[in-house]
Formats: sequence, structure tokens, C-alpha cells
Amino acid sequence: MSNSTKNGPVIEFREVAYRIAGGQELLNGLNLQVQRGETLVLLGRSGSGKTTTLKLINDLVSPSEGEVLVEGRATTQWDPIRLRRGIGYVIQDAGLFPHFTVERNVALVPRIEEWPPDRIRKRVAELLQLVGLDAGLATRYPRELSGGQRQRVGVARGLAADPPILLMDEPFGALDPITRAELQREFLALQQRLQKTVVFVTHDLHEALLLGTRIALMEAGRLVVMLSSSEFTKSSDPLVQKYLDAFGARSNGNRS
Amino acid sequence: MNVFQFIAQNHAEVLELTLEHLWMVAASTVLAVLIGIPLGILITRKPGWDKPVLGGANIIQTVPSLALFGFLLPVPWIGARSDRLAILALMLYALLPLIRNTYAGINGVDRSVVEAGRGMGMTDRQLLFQVELPLALGVIIAGVRVATVISVGLATIAAAIGAGGLGEYIFRGLAMVNNQLILAGAIPAAALALLADVTLGWLEKRLSPI
Repeated sequence: MSNSTKNGPVIEFREVAYRIAGGQELLNGLNLQVQRGETLVLLGRSGSGKTTTLKLINDLVSPSEGEVLVEGRATTQWDPIRLRRGIGYVIQDAGLFPHFTVERNVALVPRIEEWPPDRIRKRVAELLQLVGLDAGLATRYPRELSGGQRQRVGVARGLAADPPILLMDEPFGALDPITRAELQREFLALQQRLQKTVVFVTHDLHEALLLGTRIALMEAGRLVVMLSSSEFTKSSDPLVQKYLDAFGARSNGNRS
Repeated sequence: MNVFQFIAQNHAEVLELTLEHLWMVAASTVLAVLIGIPLGILITRKPGWDKPVLGGANIIQTVPSLALFGFLLPVPWIGARSDRLAILALMLYALLPLIRNTYAGINGVDRSVVEAGRGMGMTDRQLLFQVELPLALGVIIAGVRVATVISVGLATIAAAIGAGGLGEYIFRGLAMVNNQLILAGAIPAAALALLADVTLGWLEKRLSPI
């Protein structure tokens, strides 16, 4: 997916609606663009449509109306397998394969892309180092790791084939606060180096402010506002205010 | 004369009947595996197929075994030889645990793991063979185990249609009101069932991924 225009948005939603089989609407009239190299955070509570938005990007679900463009091409026009292999996917609790070792989990996409074994081995070693995991863990199984280690493996797996886009669905949601803070810091450092286009789902405002280039606040299947992190804390939008209150992050002077 | 003396004196015949019994169980179980597991996989792929297929297998299971043997008698080629008929009937009974366990095993695989695989670009086939089947294997083998043990017991009834096996002694014993004779069929059959249970139980443990 490298031969497309370098200037346009990497991901674009045009008037996207998504309804499930029973007719219930999970997303409506969604318009948004993700620029190359930015981290767009989708912030919202459970059921606001964040995860669905993410799954529309790698075509795990298809829009009922409108279209989602990745590198200028509608997801429905992509071969879904090719599209997904060019997009890293990291989910809560890592979704690691319990019957694969750390090494095989990380090597998942390179293996199905049939890289030569030498190159896979080198890449896995490189990735484990990148996410701060000891090389000795390579032969362990996911159940033998701590939550933080599992999540690092999940990130390494998402980065394995060096995809330009990374989708992260509450990747640090199930971690204890200290490990979470640690992984957030490392994510920032990593992102500074790799400059991936990242779409990051969270319900945690602090995480959104810390990691996001821009924050898209979602509620009941709609996009409420999309602002840079610094604009976000100053916004007078009532829902934004509610979030700032809930997280004790109000910074516009009327703190009691 | 007690039952063990009887078995010792007639060991050639006991062995022959045991082998007949084993043959019926093995052939029917292998056939059932070849049909039941793919069918179980298929119904996890085709929405709406699960209920009719599982329902059908369930109905077969409710047909009394003697009646099923009777129903199959007029079937050409099958009905011509009693061992064929017995194998077909035993195979039909083994289908339900195999289809059901394959279906439940695959559906029991953690959805987030499957979705992660799909999201990273695994094809349906890769997901099935690298993720779903390996993770469901323990449950599937448990189905084979149940099917085999049931089959060992059911195969004794095959003697009623002249298919041989250890049921011979049981039916003969019943006709002659001879408990020793009944036990001479029942004890080796029970031993076979136990042996199958232990072996497949060990396999189930060995092949369970987690």
C-alpha cells in the first residue's frame, strides 16, 4: 500500500453509517480523516461506536452506508486479506494465540506472508528488543507471561510486517496503572521513532490527552468533536466538559 | 465352571469375537470421524445449518438400536451383509457426539483470538487449521472418546442381526439363561470400553493445547 498519494489522508470516513442485522444503528453520518504519521484517538464510553469505527478500517465490518477509504481506496474495493496485512492490529488483552509461543505469535504476519525463516527470526529478535522484552521470553507461551508482557507481545505482533497503519483497541485497558503508564511512555517513544499512522481507541481521557495528536470524541454512534489535545481541554462543548469533569482534568479556570 | 475358566477354555473363540467386535467399532468410528468432523466444521461456517444438522443427528440417536438395525436391513449392498449393516448403524450413532463436539469446540475458541487473527489478515483456511482446530482439538477428541465408548457397548446388539462380536455370548447366554455365558461377553466388552476410554483420555490430555 505504498504506491498511493503521500499527501492525502491515509484513512478517510465519508458519511459512514453502520447498522447491525436487527437494524440497530451503531454509527451514523461519520466523517473523519486521519493524516499520515498522526495518532488519532477515538475517545468515548462503551457502546459509543469506537471499536466499530476501528473495525471499519480493516474491513472486519463493512459500512452500511457511505465509504471508508484507506490510502485513497474504499475498503470494499480492497482485497480484505491484503488490506489487513498492511494494517497492524493490537487489541485489549492482546488476543494472543494461546497455543503459539511468543516467537510464533510475533511472527504471525511474516509467516503467513511467507517470509524466509532467516528473515523472520531476525525480525522477531528485533521486535522483542523494540518493545522491551527479553529475548529469553521468545519460547514462552502467553499464559507464562504477565499482563504487561503479553501486551508488549501484542504490540510487537502488530508491528511485525512493518505496516504503515496501526489500529489499537484499548491496548492498555486491562493493565495495572503503573504498567499502563510505563507502556504509554514507551508507546510515545516508539511512535516518535516509527511515525506510524495510528488510530487508538480508549475510554480514558488521560490516555487520550497523553497519546493523541488529535482526539475524536464519540457518543452514541456519532462524532461529537475532533480536536487537538491542547484544544480539547479548552473546549466549551458540554460533552467535553463532562469528560474533563469526570477525569478531573478541567483546565479553564472554573475548577472549584 | 466360572466365567474365567470358560474364557480360558474357549480363548480362541473369545479372541475371534473380540476382534470382530473391535473391527465393527473401529470401522464405524473411523467413518464417523471422517464424516462427523467435517460436518461439524461446516456448520460453524454456514449460518443456519447448525440446528437442522444437529437436530438430525439427535433424531438418529433417539432411534432404538434394534429398530435402526431393522430399518437398515432392506438397504441394498448394506443390508446384504450383517457386518456392513452393523458398521453403518454404529457410525450413525457416533455422528452426534462428533458433530456436536467439533461444533462446540470451534465455537468455544475465544472470539477475540479469532478476531485478532482475522484482523491481521489470516484467511479462513489459515484460521481454521492454525487457530480454531488446534484450540478445539481437546474437545473434539473428547467427542471421539464418547463416541467410541458408546459404540463398544452398542456393538453387542449387532449380534442380534448376526454380525458377530461379543454380543454373541450375551444373546446366547440370554437364550440359555446362562449367566456365565452372558458375563463371558460382557466382561471383555467392558474391558474394551475401558481400554478405549483410557487411551483416548490420554490422547485428549496430550493434544489439548493449553
